[in-house]
Amino acid sequence: MSQFKLTVNGQSHEVDVNPNMPLLWVLRDKLKLTGTKYGCGIAQCGACTVHVDGAPVRACVLPVSAVAGAVTTIEGLAADGELHALQAAWIEHDVPQCGYCQAGQIMSAAALLAAKAEPSDADIDTALAGNYCRCGTYVRIRKAVHSAAIAYNAAKSAKGA
Amino acid sequence: MSRFTLNRRDLLKASSLAGGGLLLQMTLPTSVLAAEERALVRSKELNVYVEINPDGQITIYSSIPEMGQGIKTALPMVIAEEMGARWEDVKVLEAPLDQKKYGLQGAGGSTSIPRNFDTMRRMGASAREMLIGAAALLMEVEREDLEARESQVFHTSGESRTFGQLAALAAEQPVPDPEYLTYKDPRAYTIIGTTVSSVDNLVISTGQSKFGIDVDVPGMQYASYTRCPRVGGKAVSFNASDIKALPGVTDAFILQPDDRAGKAAMVFLEGMAVLRGGVAIIGEDTWSVLDAKRQLQVEWDYSDASEDSWTQMMADAKRIAAAGGGEVLLGEDGDDGVDAALADASHQSLEAFYQFPYVAHVCMEPMNCTADFRKGSNGEADTLEIWLGSQFPGQVKEIAQNMLGVAPQNVKVHALRMGGGFGRRAIHDFATEAMAISHHADVPVKLTWTRTDDIHNDFFRVGGFQNMRAAVSADGKLAAWDQHYIGFKYPDRFTVGSGLRGNELPFVAMDNARVSQTMMDLATPCGAWRAPGSNTNAFVEQSFIHELAELAGRDHVEFLLEIMGSPRWVKPGDVNALNTGRAADVIKLAASKSGWGRQMPAGKGLGLAFYFCHAAHVAEVAEVTVNADRTFSVDKVTVAVDVGPIINRSGAISQVQGSIVDGLSTMALQIITMEGGVIEQDNFHEYEVMRIAATPEIDVHFIESDNPSTGLGEPALPPLAPAVTNAIYAATGERIRSMPLSDEGFKLV
Ligand code: FES
Ligand code: FES
Repeated sequence: MSQFKLTVNGQSHEVDVNPNMPLLWVLRDKLKLTGTKYGCGIAQCGACTVHVDGAPVRACVLPVSAVAGAVTTIEGLAADGELHALQAAWIEHDVPQCGYCQAGQIMSAAALLAAKAEPSDADIDTALAGNYCRCGTYVRIRKAVHSAAIAYNAAKSAKGA
Repeated sequence: MSRFTLNRRDLLKASSLAGGGLLLQMTLPTSVLAAEERALVRSKELNVYVEINPDGQITIYSSIPEMGQGIKTALPMVIAEEMGARWEDVKVLEAPLDQKKYGLQGAGGSTSIPRNFDTMRRMGASAREMLIGAAALLMEVEREDLEARESQVFHTSGESRTFGQLAALAAEQPVPDPEYLTYKDPRAYTIIGTTVSSVDNLVISTGQSKFGIDVDVPGMQYASYTRCPRVGGKAVSFNASDIKALPGVTDAFILQPDDRAGKAAMVFLEGMAVLRGGVAIIGEDTWSVLDAKRQLQVEWDYSDASEDSWTQMMADAKRIAAAGGGEVLLGEDGDDGVDAALADASHQSLEAFYQFPYVAHVCMEPMNCTADFRKGSNGEADTLEIWLGSQFPGQVKEIAQNMLGVAPQNVKVHALRMGGGFGRRAIHDFATEAMAISHHADVPVKLTWTRTDDIHNDFFRVGGFQNMRAAVSADGKLAAWDQHYIGFKYPDRFTVGSGLRGNELPFVAMDNARVSQTMMDLATPCGAWRAPGSNTNAFVEQSFIHELAELAGRDHVEFLLEIMGSPRWVKPGDVNALNTGRAADVIKLAASKSGWGRQMPAGKGLGLAFYFCHAAHVAEVAEVTVNADRTFSVDKVTVAVDVGPIINRSGAISQVQGSIVDGLSTMALQIITMEGGVIEQDNFHEYEVMRIAATPEIDVHFIESDNPSTGLGEPALPPLAPAVTNAIYAATGERIRSMPLSDEGFKLV
């Protein structure tokens, strides 16, 4: 057991866990943030995707001792009580079926939008290649990412202005 | 008016309509008056599905488990429609498990819509009449001059009251006799048939949605369970002292196999949810018990364990196919017509051996369950509280009673949203395990399966084989059909999904047909997998029909329509029987929307398939590109569906899109193999799911015939595989008779 300091969704936490414990289980079992999901444990499905300093990572294979940066999970994506453009688009396009993969999908897409203002279909395919959707919502994910990009850029330039 | 006057007979009905039996359970009223007084205790609940708050919020309860099929949105839409509610005012909550009140609370077989549509309509209409009754009293007007719409009741004069204003008085109105309820003209619908975003999308998109795996109960321990790798085996011993010494581990123990949990009232679940022998580990968090699981060394007793071998099954099936015969299900053995037509020198005949593999469900949320068994002290009864995602949560009570002797009234089931079902969560072996572990360890436990547990211990879609023979006449007509199904059964019962369903094309629509089957013994657990039976039979039949059309030099659509014959309902009035008229309509629509018959560039092809199952008629045309290196893509799938009127357009299209992706993922990539009883695929690196880049364009068309609305969770899946293999044939001239395509050298891109 060792002590680790983590910043998750802007809040600092101290946890006393096995250094090998993946971030996923620290989030879910210790911090009770269960929006991040377990799907495979071997970085194949993307259900556990979170951001570390803005970059998408698979929390199921990232030991807590190797976390070097601020963590954002799906629970922390909406800022100041406002939905992220992707979350709004997910509702507008009725993307989820069972919903289990969607936190991971949205976190991967959020990293894409932050890096690329107008992603093409190919950009989306690449950024979301690591995220399985067993229910097959891929058609709507693509649509929602495109429509979110428009809203996201508008919001960004409004803030910048 | 008289039609809503209470009499005792109505009261009996009213009480059963409301389902609660609130009035009559207390004491049977001696007079109507007494009963009316008792009715006053109903507060703002109009019936077990509908509550209205004075502020106008309408709460509608959804009683069917949600697994992504959209039922939690669709059925409340029906209630809201008949009530005259505005959808924006509706909040949908999950109803507790109470099958006395709500009837069967289960999801499977695409039956939730047809089973519940009329009840939902009745509940909505009943609530509406109570609101109108309240408005008539408040406004002192005739109820005939009132109309409910937009969450208000309007008088012809223009005066109105909101549902919120009416709620309290409405709840005191007599419950209408269902016999006299009238229903909206579908042409006046404002909610049914529209596009509605699922009611849980906000909580899902913000990570707030609670699945079974997210349950956190005070004082609970986390558990893993390791079953014998060969089904039927059991644990003898394990490195207990090493395991118990690991950090975060509190206990580890062996559980012996227990058949009692397998008893089930529903026949397709009989024998399924037995406890398999294995080793349980409990500890302080999920990771500690999963990490400890990796370090387990178990000595297994394999004396009753499975020896199933896929290699052996394939060899046996080929031998059986070559020998012919089998139990004849339809047509005569040695039938003159069939055998003569096959032997007729003027006919062209064809024989083909088809194969389809075992596949796993791989629900995105691995199986899990939280159980809190409490031994009753001082003569009190034992109790169980349990949390899980389940397609049939009522079955959990049966397991608790049969295995632990807990009486059903002492079992509290929390049925949570499922991270996928597809038939897997109809079987509750994972609940059996969680109960047994909690019972043994005397603490609440959350059992989480690893993905490997989930694949190895699935109830697979059963694999199988079919040997097909047929003849076409010199004028290009189907002259004989001889179908030999080579599948599986357990020594003591049938295997769900193995065999023909008896209502398939073409034999259901022709004379010269013989259908036979040979069933081999199986140990590997199999169960319902999205469109059981249909998902493989469609591949074989719809591909072989295309083979025959090609042999006859005929256009596939024309040949298929000819097999349908004149428009008729094979068994009039039975929604589960093929209607060749509806079939022809979807086939023609899919063909015309996809541009069937157009000249395709080199390497591209169109393929068509039709299938009827779950009361749905569905035709699909796939457009594929096959490259020189045998990579292929499905560029577009055009789908024509007749499931009667659509309730939620968005949900319906979503189910079709999901079925196409699922069908493609499965036929292109997935196979489960077993050797010496051991399942050979361990995780997603060996059992792939299709990724976003391979997703085709999906163009969905509905024929909203005036048949009753039926379910769409399954029936769009079966035609996909044959549509794709027929398209690959059109593009390359290469016939694929075995799935998955990855094993035939075709790589989906
Ligand atoms: S759980 Fe991390 S990628 Fe699957
Ligand atoms: S919505 Fe169910 S796995 Fe994606």
